[in-house]
Amino acid sequence: MTQEGSVLEMRGISKSFPGVKALDDVSLTVRKGSVHALMGENGAGKSTLMKCLFGIYRPDGGEIVLDGKTVAFRDARQALDHGISMIHQELHPIPYRSVMENLWLGRYPVRSFGILRLIDRKRMLRETRTLFQELQIDLDPEKWVIDLSVSKVQSMEIARAVSYRAKVIIMDEPTSSLTGHEVERLFGIIRKLRAEGVAIIYISHKMEEILAIADEVTIMRDGKLVGTYPSAELTTDVIIKRMVGRDLTNRFPPRETPYRGATPGEAPGETVLRVERLTSAENTSFRDVSFDLRKGEILGVGGLVGAKRSELMESLFGLRGLKSGKIWIRNREITIGSPIAAKRQRMALLTEDRRQTGIFPVLSVFDNTLIANLSHYLRWSVLLDRKKSAGDVTRSIDMLRVKTPSPDVLIENLSGGNQQKVIVARWLLTNPDILILDEPTRGIDVGAKYEIYTIIADLAKRGKSIIMISSEMPELLGMSDRIMVMCEGRVTGILDAKEATQERIMTLATQFM
Amino acid sequence: MAKIDTVRLKELANKYAIMMVLAGLVILIGIIQSTFLSVDNLGNILRISSVRVIIALGVGGILITRGTDLSAGRTVGLCACIAASLMQRPDYASKMFPDLPYLPLIVPILAAIGVGCLVGLFNGLIVAFLKVPPFITTLGTMVIVYGACSLYVDRPPRGAMPIGGLREDFTSLGTGSWGPFPKLIVIAAVVLFLYWVMLNWTRLGKNLYAIGGNPDAATVSGVSVKKNLILVYILGGISYGLAGVLLAARSGGATNNYGLMYELDAIAAAVIGGVSTAGGIGTVSGMLTGVLIFQVLDNGLVILGVSPYWQQIAKGAIIVAAVAIDIRKYIAKK
Repeated sequence: MTQEGSVLEMRGISKSFPGVKALDDVSLTVRKGSVHALMGENGAGKSTLMKCLFGIYRPDGGEIVLDGKTVAFRDARQALDHGISMIHQELHPIPYRSVMENLWLGRYPVRSFGILRLIDRKRMLRETRTLFQELQIDLDPEKWVIDLSVSKVQSMEIARAVSYRAKVIIMDEPTSSLTGHEVERLFGIIRKLRAEGVAIIYISHKMEEILAIADEVTIMRDGKLVGTYPSAELTTDVIIKRMVGRDLTNRFPPRETPYRGATPGEAPGETVLRVERLTSAENTSFRDVSFDLRKGEILGVGGLVGAKRSELMESLFGLRGLKSGKIWIRNREITIGSPIAAKRQRMALLTEDRRQTGIFPVLSVFDNTLIANLSHYLRWSVLLDRKKSAGDVTRSIDMLRVKTPSPDVLIENLSGGNQQKVIVARWLLTNPDILILDEPTRGIDVGAKYEIYTIIADLAKRGKSIIMISSEMPELLGMSDRIMVMCEGRVTGILDAKEATQERIMTLATQFM
Repeated sequence: MAKIDTVRLKELANKYAIMMVLAGLVILIGIIQSTFLSVDNLGNILRISSVRVIIALGVGGILITRGTDLSAGRTVGLCACIAASLMQRPDYASKMFPDLPYLPLIVPILAAIGVGCLVGLFNGLIVAFLKVPPFITTLGTMVIVYGACSLYVDRPPRGAMPIGGLREDFTSLGTGSWGPFPKLIVIAAVVLFLYWVMLNWTRLGKNLYAIGGNPDAATVSGVSVKKNLILVYILGGISYGLAGVLLAARSGGATNNYGLMYELDAIAAAVIGGVSTAGGIGTVSGMLTGVLIFQVLDNGLVILGVSPYWQQIAKGAIIVAAVAIDIRKYIAKK
């Protein structure tokens, strides 16, 4: 028995992993020709539910009904064959292969020559071009994927999901790397698909997107269903409240700084870092970047993906080369050739991609905390002083309220927010004056975000200077004292937070586009 | 304009760096010692390379999937012994099987390839289903295969003496020609072509690159990783089987020590030819070039009268240097 107009029903789905009940009796009904948003904090079970649908996990209990028939997919192949396609949260390109080979992977068109079936390249190329034209995606089908920007890869993944001509398309964070313009185009594609009767399950953390595109919203919390609501009845605050299970009156902690706070007009802090006309050694990266950073200040850095904000910070930290420009730290001109030199200048960098360049997944929380600062815990210059280091580790994970059963647990078993806190702890142990945070709350759920914000605000209060790259407007506006906006590798403006608005930042971020 | 040209030139230089290294080596050795460039000597290099390249292709295909195959060399040895044992002359004094009837030529070839296929299947099943890392799986298989081969060869009353006295119709596979073309080289050329077609024009080939490039992506795209992995190990096994046949035919005999360390030469050649041990990258032309570089060095250093010890040092250095040059084209992209 299926509800009127529904193409997909998941009933009472449960799934356990050793020690965790990831899904507990979750039901989801998706109507034909609708956009159904799935929301919840990280760890709420959204991706697990979708993986059960797509055949990657097999549910322990419950039933999946597709077009009135009960189905149970053993693998992705079967799901695809039954008209379900998926844009995965982690992008999955094959790096050293062409765009079209990625696109048709698993179903290459072939021509038969007797028993031999050879790949029909011409047809593949033709169909790829037609598809890209239809979706207005500007991509060379024969280009290697490794040469594409992240947003292009995401466009490619969108095209791939559409190309299956599926009845149900799951989109798990499809806009995480897209520029504003590309998001608009994706929405255009989604509206067209919806008109054609395709059902779309849309997972995103971006409230504005959900409210703009979704017809219905299903909210999950801690592996359980909270409810399904028409999106017209929802507001950002209501969604957050239902996701978190409590009121979040303040999304950002209060700040008292030389810039805004109790005593307006107080002189700004001394300049800790000053850079002048920095230009990257790489050809198409940043150029002519000048700014300064003061004691106790949070300098937000805004811009679109591809504005080269991370590249700039990585160059400051000695990870990438500079062609020209000058850097002063505490009024002394210096050069930074390596992260070691940067650490010596009491700088710290929390990289953007926590999994790739942040955590050491198979090391313990303890080792992950110490790794940047081992030389401080040596006895007789060679042996690690376990007692001294254990004290510091315990103190810092307590201070940052890292939720871990013990410091000896592998960091990969912690949630994203707690992993991020461990990395903050790691860098705090090096006692830095300047902390560069690259998207510090990416992939962290709403509750833990607030804790990270509190930590950042607290550090600034204690006199640390903070540079915070963020692609989330509310975060930039809520946390920064000043906001530097970049576009295509150049600084297009530095705004005082008091005068900054989303519109002004967007205008600056797209100035050269 | 001039600037664009240098960029393109750089790109080309990176792309064909390894072939230029080969050309450079040939020219350099040829200048110092012109006998190196004689038709006889070059033919010799190609004949030896023929067997080696078939092994390298087998291993290379597996390397592309992020795997490796340490059992390659020993499997070549086992298959050589099996083929040789079935092809001894009726009048040869110490035959392994005195009562063996006169078999058609195809029998030992199929037997050897069949055994290679089984070894590959064994590796593939363990890697795909038991998820034992390929390095460990094939390390184990390497030892097992050597034991099995020794059991097969070393039986009373003969003992472990080499299997000799092979029939001429068999040895001509290794030494004879079809018209002006040495049979070995023709066979190798056919295998090269088949591998090229497989890697570039079939779903299997594309899937292998995909699995090596990003196994998760392959899985969620509906590619059966297990099936394709098993197939590539089987293909490897078949290649070693054929290589074993050709090795026995070329040398006119076999012992249980045949094939020792061939897998390392094959891995080195494949890697020199640009196959990435991290998976997802590798071409047939690259593997061929890698094998040729190795044989040119081997042969050239002998002709130049370099001491065997220095030959070892030179070969080791070349492996590292060649990969350092080749890897530039990928580093530049980062």
